[in-house]
Amino acid sequence: MTASPHSPHSPRPEPAAQEPEGGEPLAEQLWRAVADGDEYTAVDAVTRALSAGTDPESVLLDAVAPVQARVGQEWAANRMTVAQEHAATAVNDRVVAAVALHPASRRRPVRGGITVACVDGEWHALPARLLAEVLRLRGWKVDFLGAQVPAPHLIAHLHLTGPDAVALSGSIPTRLPTAHATITACQATGVPVLAGGAAFGPDGRYARLLGADAWAPDARRAADQLARGLAPADPAVSGRHPVDLLPHLADQEYTLVSRTSTQLVRDTLAALEARIPAMRDYTDRQRQHTAEDIAHIVDFLTTALYTGDAGLFTGFLVWTGSILTARGVPATTLGPTLDVLAGLLHNFPRALGMLAEARRALDTAAPETDAPGAGTPATAGT
Amino acid sequence: MKPPTTGPGPPAPAPGPRDLPRTGKGRAPARASPRKPGGEEWPRASGECRGNPGAPREIATGGRSGGWWQKGYYPDVFCRKGGGARAAGPFGVESPICSQSPAGADAGAGTGVGGAWLAAPCPVLVVDRSGTVRGVNRAAAELLPAVVTCAPLAAAGPAWLALAHQRLVTAPGAGSPGPASGQAGERWLEAHPSPGENGAVVWWLTDLTDRHRAEEAERAVRVERRRTAFLAEASNQLLASLNPHRCMEVTAQLAARHLADAAVVVAPETDGRLPLTYCAPEGRVSRGDIPGDPRLMPGLSEALQGFPPVPSRWIDPASAPAWAVPPGFEGPVGSMAVTPLPGHGVPAGALILVRRSDQACFSESEELLARVFAARAGAAMSAARLYAEQAAITSVLMRELLPPSLGRLRGIDFAGRYRPSDDSERIGGDFYNVHPGPGGDEECLAVLGDVCGKGLEAAALTGKIRNTVHALLPMATDHLRLLNMLNSALLGSGVTRFATLVLASAVRRGGAVDLRLTSAGHPAPLVVRADGEVEEAETRGCLVGVLPEVRARTATARLAPGETCLLYTDGITEAKGGPFGDEQFGEQRLRAALAECAGAPAEAVAERVQMLAAQWVGSGRHDDMAVVAIGAPRAGLPGGPGSPIPCGPPPPHADQENRPG
Repeated sequence: MTASPHSPHSPRPEPAAQEPEGGEPLAEQLWRAVADGDEYTAVDAVTRALSAGTDPESVLLDAVAPVQARVGQEWAANRMTVAQEHAATAVNDRVVAAVALHPASRRRPVRGGITVACVDGEWHALPARLLAEVLRLRGWKVDFLGAQVPAPHLIAHLHLTGPDAVALSGSIPTRLPTAHATITACQATGVPVLAGGAAFGPDGRYARLLGADAWAPDARRAADQLARGLAPADPAVSGRHPVDLLPHLADQEYTLVSRTSTQLVRDTLAALEARIPAMRDYTDRQRQHTAEDIAHIVDFLTTALYTGDAGLFTGFLVWTGSILTARGVPATTLGPTLDVLAGLLHNFPRALGMLAEARRALDTAAPETDAPGAGTPATAGT
Repeated sequence: MKPPTTGPGPPAPAPGPRDLPRTGKGRAPARASPRKPGGEEWPRASGECRGNPGAPREIATGGRSGGWWQKGYYPDVFCRKGGGARAAGPFGVESPICSQSPAGADAGAGTGVGGAWLAAPCPVLVVDRSGTVRGVNRAAAELLPAVVTCAPLAAAGPAWLALAHQRLVTAPGAGSPGPASGQAGERWLEAHPSPGENGAVVWWLTDLTDRHRAEEAERAVRVERRRTAFLAEASNQLLASLNPHRCMEVTAQLAARHLADAAVVVAPETDGRLPLTYCAPEGRVSRGDIPGDPRLMPGLSEALQGFPPVPSRWIDPASAPAWAVPPGFEGPVGSMAVTPLPGHGVPAGALILVRRSDQACFSESEELLARVFAARAGAAMSAARLYAEQAAITSVLMRELLPPSLGRLRGIDFAGRYRPSDDSERIGGDFYNVHPGPGGDEECLAVLGDVCGKGLEAAALTGKIRNTVHALLPMATDHLRLLNMLNSALLGSGVTRFATLVLASAVRRGGAVDLRLTSAGHPAPLVVRADGEVEEAETRGCLVGVLPEVRARTATARLAPGETCLLYTDGITEAKGGPFGDEQFGEQRLRAALAECAGAPAEAVAERVQMLAAQWVGSGRHDDMAVVAIGAPRAGLPGGPGSPIPCGPPPPHADQENRPG
């Protein structure tokens, strides 16, 4: 049982690509090849479609992206192991490379420059890579920095290349505070930021909250927005302190809870063991997993404290419940974990409110086996 | 002199409050309901005033033996009684009058007023049609000592007043005359005319010196505030970016917005050309360049020399070349100036200001503002250029030190991941490389290592080791020999650091990959079998760079299709973190993670391991981390070994960061 801190907000897969003449839809062919980890069949299918005249952008967004979204769903439903998920992603990555190298994808840059990067700590590079390729197809000069880009690298790159905009991709909500720092840093160099990906919420609410200059729900609309142009960021305005945008941070609850999070995990685990006798018989491995789950819960709680949005926390817990249920693990420890945390955080009124709200949601929500669009955030578009 | 007549005197403006004389303190009485200074309305005594429009009117005193300018006569707007009625006054002007106040007690009021204007605090001049001064009260005499009775106003009084008077008497139909104002010596005066007899004009003077000074000061403060705001904005925007192009864009935009209508930034010559950044009047920025001969534009070569400092130079737009006008600038250019942008010791460029107006100069304070702005813009552009130069040098020097991106080589999958300990660095003490064997079907050599220490110094040594290993490739058939030669090279070069490394020679045989693995003081490679079993390669050896001789045992392994061998540095296993924040990731977790990766391609294995380790450390400190996965591709590889199948990310752009993976 491993509930990773993936997003409960991953978008639903888009409808499959149009049917090529006479055959099975490309997305379907691709899905079988990717699920098989069969790189050659996958690359062949895509190459054939391109040679037959299918628009490369459509291959990327109507075949590769939905397939990747399906990978996430299959993982969430426990029909795919985490290694299979990685393997499928690796195949999809090869497919994107094949699309990029195909003669049908050749474009001469006619627009300005865009830097595409993932939030530091983000491992799901495929959505950003898809966006990078789509932008390249649309005539931008694109620098794709990949996943796991430390903010200093990104900023140095902006100074060196002076792009028209940064497209910042994030799928893990717990990276939102980092995303905020990155957005602010980009804007301070005068470069506007378009945020995208499941981490920023299904309606982009966290992108707005963190002061991003634009948000797009998928790669197509991101490309459309960038084509319309973003106004250059005003360094004076964007240099503001996070507290200007997030006044609730003044209560220090985020700072104090995140600073003591490892101790909080330790104390919570100890209290749970005292409360639930069965836990005393856990193997080391089980105990480890439980500790990791608690750490995720604390991570999401601190992120909710940062954004001031209790829904972020509640959504994660309900989704975690469904993930555990899909793996045949009764989600019985979630409720007690919240109770223990509430006891430990009795001095933090905002955290207590969030814990209480999540507890109510957990009590009322019938565990779903098929969580709403749940899955790894390695899904379509940024 | 004739008594007052009716008839077409000067136009009869209704003396509204604006037209009425002002006293030094307060407003003149309102027309319809005069107010006394306290603000309370004067009592209306209806019937007390005789409305007699059009009729001559005598002032209550009746004492008008002298000329109308003599004492005893003065517009009775200050009359305390009445006010309800209106009548054409003695000058044919409608004014609140009070005639023959029946209130006997107040009858003396008129009499008192008769001479009062002479002592009134408000300076009053009476000037006849010909411009001769006919009356001066005491206050006016103090204010304008030169203006005396019978003197011509033009000679004795301030010119502006004489001019206003002239206008008034020569163009009587010109409508309601407003107040005139101007200077008299040190003082600022405002003169309100009211019509006098025979076309004479009574000028009521108000001393506005204090108000004028206050306004002047306020205006100066406003201007100063605007300039401060401009300079603050300029600093914010200029300091924000270290990109030379963006700095020039910002400079052009700010200059176009605040100092001119459009602007051109000329950068110092590069490759024989002068790069130009234009900002059109609506703020649109464009770029261009011209062959580098600044003599084409007057003043430009001096400005580009940077030293000695030259002031802004206004030039004749006709003498300026066409490229100096921003594209999109419509209409004729009125004036143009060239301003140097001083840099740090070297010139940062020049700024060409383009104006629509033909006002070809700056005021002294504008010149100062332009100079301060140019200094800031020049400093920012210099810093940006310096940064770009340094970054270019760093990038060239670092190119060889960056971990290469790996892919399929000779039918074998290679995947690498790298993370330096310091997030602000891109290189560290860990390194890896994959070399194809010299022949078409020979072994490839993968090397992964860890130099003692972190940061740039360690990274510099990794470069040395990688280069040496590259040169020793022909000896790769004998790992031990290669290690010993590397060891002697390190010992002989006076390097005090040591390194651990692992060598992996791989060759594809059929669907399988045969490996020879040698560890020199390094964690032994792990092999992930198709069934999820994880084996440690039985190789052991001592590190390089310390002892005169390296001893090591080479192990062999065969990877079936879908199996993977992982080389890793201790940054992975010693990564500290986890849910409690203080545990090491450890070899057990690494093995468990690899077991889950059974059957996965090399790329997925490398990413999985790197991701788990990174998640394990979270935001905590960590050592350099590097992994290389060597995989035997799953069945179905077309073309066999050496097939040029595109793999890995597309070739990076020239300026793209060559990031791992």
